[in-house]
Amino acid sequence: MATPPRIDISGRREGVWSERAFVWVCRLAVFLPLAVLAWLLGQVIAQGVARIDLAFILEAPSQLDATTGGIWPALMGSLWLIGLTAAVSLPIGVGAAIYLEEYGKRSKLATVVEIAIANLAGVPSIIYGMLGLGLFVRAMALGETVIAGALTLSILVLPVVIMSSREALRTVKDSLREAALGLGATRWQTTRHVVLPMALPGILTGAILAISRAIGETAPLVVVGAVAFILYAPDGFDAEYTALPMQIFQWTSSPKRDFLTNAAAGIVVLMLTLFLLNSIAILLRNRFQKRMY
Amino acid sequence: MDGSAPDAVLPAVRPRAPVPRASGVGERVIELGLAACSFVSIVVTIGIVLVLVLEASRFFAEVSLAQFFGDTEWTPLFRDNQHFGIWPLIMGTLVTSAIAMAVALPFGLLAAIYLSEYAMPRTRSILKPALELLAGVPTIVYGYFALTVVTPALQQVIPGLAGGNMLSPGLVMGIMIIPMVSSLAEDAIYAVPDSLREGALALGAGKLPTILRVIVPSAWSGIAAAMTLAVSRAIGETMIVAIAAGNQATFSADPREPAETMTAYIVNISKGDTPNGTLEYRTIFAVGLMLFVMTLAMNLISYRMSRKLRAQSRA
Repeated sequence: MATPPRIDISGRREGVWSERAFVWVCRLAVFLPLAVLAWLLGQVIAQGVARIDLAFILEAPSQLDATTGGIWPALMGSLWLIGLTAAVSLPIGVGAAIYLEEYGKRSKLATVVEIAIANLAGVPSIIYGMLGLGLFVRAMALGETVIAGALTLSILVLPVVIMSSREALRTVKDSLREAALGLGATRWQTTRHVVLPMALPGILTGAILAISRAIGETAPLVVVGAVAFILYAPDGFDAEYTALPMQIFQWTSSPKRDFLTNAAAGIVVLMLTLFLLNSIAILLRNRFQKRMY
Repeated sequence: MDGSAPDAVLPAVRPRAPVPRASGVGERVIELGLAACSFVSIVVTIGIVLVLVLEASRFFAEVSLAQFFGDTEWTPLFRDNQHFGIWPLIMGTLVTSAIAMAVALPFGLLAAIYLSEYAMPRTRSILKPALELLAGVPTIVYGYFALTVVTPALQQVIPGLAGGNMLSPGLVMGIMIIPMVSSLAEDAIYAVPDSLREGALALGAGKLPTILRVIVPSAWSGIAAAMTLAVSRAIGETMIVAIAAGNQATFSADPREPAETMTAYIVNISKGDTPNGTLEYRTIFAVGLMLFVMTLAMNLISYRMSRKLRAQSRA
């Protein structure tokens, strides 16, 4: 049976005009922000795209001349950061999600963890920076290094990873779990060989979204001491570093207006990276949805 | 199954090569490991509170709470005439957040009504992810936009608008928050039982009166929860205000004036060369604690309201 059509007796008493006007106001509320987004992207591209060439990607920034130099150290710094962030946050986040969904559903620990996660998801990112400063930079004496920055970002994206992984695990039908358990598999064997493979695309999608969040973050990195101006790419865990958004921030807040062009060009590169990552996430999600039955 | 067609659909559930025998000890170790992973979020929560409270208490050992809350001047970096009154920073935060909410609330709510009540499913499936894009743009990009595009544009219209002002970052922040409000409000509207909708229609109410007098009021606690969460997001937003609000701790409610928010202050001290361990440096933890308490309060209120909604819709 098809779903019954929604009864539509719009405007029978109140008059058609008020209703129509309201719908148009609503439409405007959706399209105006989208227009602003298009305006934003158009402006950034118009200002920055001409500045992008191979040298802009491959060279270190110049403090004196806005027309030379590039984003190489920042790009490499961002790569280090997200690589380490993924390596730390994904195993912990997925592990926590597995525990919450597959093991401790009604345990006391799970209840407290749920509250903690809900709370962490609403903490402003700059507060994570302060935690990183107090914990990693100072207490653990890691200093203002790539690894301190990456650990801070890992903690920042952890709630995102956990929540999206749980979502993915939840889509796996219980009948599959029961079948595996009924065949004599243990809890972990069921999780490892039945649930995880099914949930993997969903988990990966969430992982990509978490990583794109980490790529764009600036505020916590400022607090844990990413350097605004640096000429070299990081060469190890304990190296000084900058990141793409940090470099953009430095150019944007520079008193010399010429550097705004560089900021725009940096933004174009940043947005392209994010666009690419999100396209992959959407492709994965579509594949995943098709497979659900 | 011959391994061709159905196999391509179902690669995951195919039984693998011999599954290793389960050992009770191994299972237990794995469970403990997973529990440890989830324990990390508790440790992080405690860690945040500890770091902020410990460092802030060192600050409050030197500066009294009376000075902190009783003064309306914030000049911790002055060599003489140091003042530690938090109010200018709170004022900057509240004014920019209020402007953001003035944008995000009406737009977000109307967008939610449109998407859930009027839009065709196909239109909705395009517009909803498009709106979500707004939330995916890094805040540094919005900051650049506020500084280089919105402020000059506003200066054409509003004479006397300072180069760094509260209006422009507030507006841009509002646009950033729209998708958050709209998607949470939509969830709340969706949770309104169809029986209420049908009841109103059956009593002869038009669609618009049904929405305005039945659906929105029923979803109100959820919508209010969305708003509160949005306020918390606006209070904690950092880069947009750090770039475009002018970074002067004025105690002014005039949106045309420059200001410094709590978040922007933390950024400015962190990126500058104020030496570690000094009183000036510790101010950021006092401000950070204040910020944490404010956002936490908002989040808790929002959580309670959305629980109320869930309880209602179950009834």
